[in-house]
This record gives sequence, C-alpha cells and structure tokens, in this order.
Amino acid sequence: MQKECLLEVSGLKTTFLTENGPVTVVNGVSFQVSAGETLGVVGESGCGKSVTSESILRLLNEKTTRYEGEINYKNRNLLSLTEEEMRSIRGNEISMIFQDPMTSLNPVYTIGDQIAETIMIHQKVGKKAAFAKAVEMLRLTGIPSPEKRVHEYPHELSGGMRQRVMIAIALACQPKLLVADEPTTALDVTIQTQILDLIQDLKQQLDMGVILITHDLGVVAEVCTRVVVMYLGEVVEEAGVEELFENPLHPYTQGLLQSVPQLDGDRSKKLYVIKGAVPSLTNVPKGCRFAPRCNYATDLCRQSEPELMGNRHKVRCWHADTNLQKEGELYVADGS
Amino acid sequence: MDAKTVLEGTYFSDSRKELQKERRSLLIRRFLSNRMLLTGSVITVLLGIIALLAPFLTSYTPLEMQMVKRLQAPSLEHWFGTDNFGRDLFSRVVHGTRVSMAVGISVAFITMITGTVIGLYSAYYKFLDHILMRICDGLMAFPGILLAIALTAALGSNMINVIIALSIISTPTIARVVRSAAIVVKEQVYIEALRAQGASASRIIWYHMAPNTVSPLIIQITFVFAVSVLIEAALSFLGAGIAPPNPSLGNILYDGKVVIFSAWWMTVFPGLFILLSVLGLNLFGDGLRDMLDPHTNKAKK
Repeated sequence: MQKECLLEVSGLKTTFLTENGPVTVVNGVSFQVSAGETLGVVGESGCGKSVTSESILRLLNEKTTRYEGEINYKNRNLLSLTEEEMRSIRGNEISMIFQDPMTSLNPVYTIGDQIAETIMIHQKVGKKAAFAKAVEMLRLTGIPSPEKRVHEYPHELSGGMRQRVMIAIALACQPKLLVADEPTTALDVTIQTQILDLIQDLKQQLDMGVILITHDLGVVAEVCTRVVVMYLGEVVEEAGVEELFENPLHPYTQGLLQSVPQLDGDRSKKLYVIKGAVPSLTNVPKGCRFAPRCNYATDLCRQSEPELMGNRHKVRCWHADTNLQKEGELYVADGS
Repeated sequence: MDAKTVLEGTYFSDSRKELQKERRSLLIRRFLSNRMLLTGSVITVLLGIIALLAPFLTSYTPLEMQMVKRLQAPSLEHWFGTDNFGRDLFSRVVHGTRVSMAVGISVAFITMITGTVIGLYSAYYKFLDHILMRICDGLMAFPGILLAIALTAALGSNMINVIIALSIISTPTIARVVRSAAIVVKEQVYIEALRAQGASASRIIWYHMAPNTVSPLIIQITFVFAVSVLIEAALSFLGAGIAPPNPSLGNILYDGKVVIFSAWWMTVFPGLFILLSVLGLNLFGDGLRDMLDPHTNKAKK
C-alpha cells in the first residue's frame, strides 16, 4: 500500500493580492499523493479546491499571487523553480484536466494538432511521429476511428469526446501526476462514469498519481483511495475513503455526507442542509472557521482555532472524539 | 513498424485530404451565396486588375500633354475626355487608381503587422498594455486627416511618406481591435490549459491567440484599406499627398474643381473611381463579417 510519495504539499498558503488588500485563499494546506493513488479533494464552491490545484502547477498570475509553504515533487520544491523549469514540468511531469471540455480546446486547430503540439513541446520528435502518437493517445482514450478523428476540429465533437481529447492531451507525455479539476462536472451521468472509468484505467496503466478535485461525493466514493475535505481554504479532515464515509469526524464532513440524497431514503423527509452560507474570505470568522455554521460549536470553538490532529485520520475539530456519538443526534435534530 | 508506416502514410493523408476538400467546397459555397461579399470582391478585383494593368490599358501616358486638345469632352479617342493640360483623362484616372490601390494595400499590410504585434502584446502583458494603449489613445485623439497632413507636411509629400503617415494613423484602430479580441481569447480555458501543458508565452501569443483574432483583424483591415484610399485622395486634393503632375484621384479632382462647370468629366470620373474602390472594399468587409461571424449570420436568417 505504502508507495513512495510522489507529491508532497506542506503548509501551502496561496494569497491573492487584491486591490482591497491580500486575501488568503488557501491557508496551510498539506497532503501527499503517491503513485497509483487517487486523492479526492472535496468541498463547497469557493473553498479553495481549484486554487490549490492551480497552485501546484503555478498557473496563477505570479504578479498578484503569493505562494508560501512547500510543494515537493521528486525532491524539488516547485515553488522555488524558475518559470522555465516550471514549463518543462507542466504537461510533462504533472498534467491537468479542466472542468469544461467545451472551452478547453482551441477552436482553430484540429484535435490532432493540439495533441501533437503538447508532445512536440516536451519531446524532440517530428510532426509525423507526434501525429502518430496523437492517434495512439486517442485510441487509448476510447475514441472510435481515431485516425479520422484527429483531423476534426473541436466543434465537430461532443462534450464527452472533447473531454477524452483533453485527457489524451494531458496524458500525451505520460505524466507522473494528473490533476483533474472537476473533470466530469460539465458532463451527463453516463459520460461521467465513462470518463471516470477511463481515468482509473489509465491511472493503472501508466502508474500515475491522481488528484481528483470535485464536489461530487459519489464520484469520490467510487474512485478515490483517500480524501481531503476542504473548508474555507483549510483542510478540515483527511482520511481513507472508507474510513471517511463510515466514520466522519468533522461536523462539516458529516453535514456534507448527510446532504447527499439516499436512493432508499424517505422521500417525504427534507434533505439535510448545512445552515448558513460560506463566509467571505475577506472576513474569516475567529476561532474555528466552521464554528458559525456548526451545531456543536462551543465557546472554545469560537475563541481559538483547532489544529489538524490525528495520524491516519486527521481532523480539525476540538470535539472530534465526541462528534462520533453525536452523529446520531444530527439525524434526529433534522427530523422535524 | 509496418502498422506505423501505414498510419503515417496513405491512410492518414487520405482521410485528411477528404476532410479538407469537403471544408473547401463548403467555404466556396458560402462565399458564392453571400451577395454582398461577391459584389464587393468583384468590384475590388476589377479595380485591382485595372491598377495592375494600367500601362497596358492606355494608349497615352498620364503625363503626355497635347495643348491643342485641352478640356475635350469624352470621345472614342479619349474615353474620359482630356484635362486642362490636354492630358488623357482615362490614362490619368487609371494611373491614379493604381496609386490609390498601392497606397491602400501598403497601408493595410503595414498596419496588419504593426497592429497585430501591438494588439497581441498589450493583450498579454498588462504592463505593456498601459503604455501602448495610452500612445494609441493619443494618436486616436487627433483627427486622422489632420495628423496625416501634419505628417506629410513634415516628411514631404510623396507616396512613401503618405503610406507612412496613413500607417501611423491607422495602426491604433487595428491594435485596438486585435487587443480586444485577444483579451477575450486570453481568458479562455484553453489558454490556461495550454499553460498547464507547458506552452511558453510566445507560443501562446503567436500560435494560439493570433489565429483566433484573424477574423476581426481581416474585417478591420478591409476598412483600413478603404479609409486609406479615401484619405489619400483627400490629402492629394489638399496638396499634401501625391504631388502633381503625378496623377492621383485626389489631385485630378482638384484640377477638375476649377473647371467644374465647363468640364464635368474631370470631376465625375475620378470621383466615380474613388466611390467604386471604397464601395467595393466596404461591401467586401461587410460581407466578410457576415460570413466569418456566426452571430450576425443567424440574425439574418
């Protein structure tokens, strides 16, 4: 189980320098990914999932963004590399898939050109060889008659096909780590499964590490081995996928899990909702960041912020050991 | 190995050729069904041919004076009549069109390059944007003709200087159009995706942003072409453009102004040629916009 650690993010802090002063979007996030592992990162919109992934590849505007902490990849801190060195890592060692396949391809080039381009950026091969590789990649992603499809333009393909093309581009150089930023959000459920299966398949074939960013807990349960739950720029819980689903310790995670409708659930019962809304990052609550929305918040929670505690199952909550028993009460409290 | 050569060889190029053929025939059909574009290009091409073949179309040179035949009305011998120095007007108008077209094309070509470079770089680099766009604002604040007169007055009035002056006044408009199109493209996900694949800034700018700004660029270029023809004529009319005795549509008009009541042909024919070249180019530009921009296309149907 314990393979060598591929990517280690420790204490990552990403700050946007806005006109109204600095805003810390990602605050002290740490996690590890090893080869062959799928790490899920879940959380609400605006909790810093995407910014975390963009920080790993340093895609954010460097002039208005400040990074702190360390992102170690193969014993190199990505945050201290030059732009030039970073470019040779992007797409080659670490690749990324984006959320919306409809806008992730350049409309003026054929998909073959675009796959071949990435190959030619990182490998010294000719156009013909790169094109042949592109066809191979398309076949690998399960696109029928790829030797015809390579000459088509993005608008001639459906959303699912385009996401396959994006995956082909991302994996063209056999990266060691794939960051998938909500790869299935824009697709319908049947295509979603196909794409997730594809990512899983290719992960095994190429022995990659995968960071899967999503807000879909169903997706997480299906494909991830470990899960990081983020809230307002911080990691609030981290555990193996089964452990997390069976035994969530943080009230936020518990809330998230209860918000998922059950197929065999009582239809007349209202779905659980975490009360309140995500606070603005410019006005972070004092103490535990989740305290204003938490059912169990005590004075301690409102006064000082808990650390991420625990070993294999980490949680950022003062009452983690007592939450377990209270889980049952949540259902009751909600029953009205 | 065998399978690979098959892949790289015949099978590959066959399907590619087929697709390309299909796309080309679609483009031709769309071109022919667009009446505005068709009319515009026919007029422009016709004027272009006249300009190119000017020396072969005329039996008189534009500078050849025949004092006895001053101000003759159009006849079989002198199709457009003669001017106040007894020069063949047809020859002068055709050579004037040649000058107009040469100026227009040169200006269009130069501004296409300068405007694209300025537009793309200011779209990509915010720092450059502030500097370059303020310079463009400054240039745009002047009325174009006034600036052109000032420039030709400073540089001297000949064709090269007219081209330089017109390029300077037209560059900001092109730069603006390219910049605004490029800024939209820059925020597209595929540009971020390209960065995530390790593409360099210059590759993104020239290989990915530039092709996406081509259609507004081409449309704007046709208008710059038309406006350049018009301003060149205006400059020559005012005596700041092509210096007489060399023919230009503008200075023929000027010569005709004095005798407008006795020799109508001296104003009508050069005027007609200016009108035709500007009309042709504008129709061409409008038609092109309808063809290239899918939004206007849908609105019409």
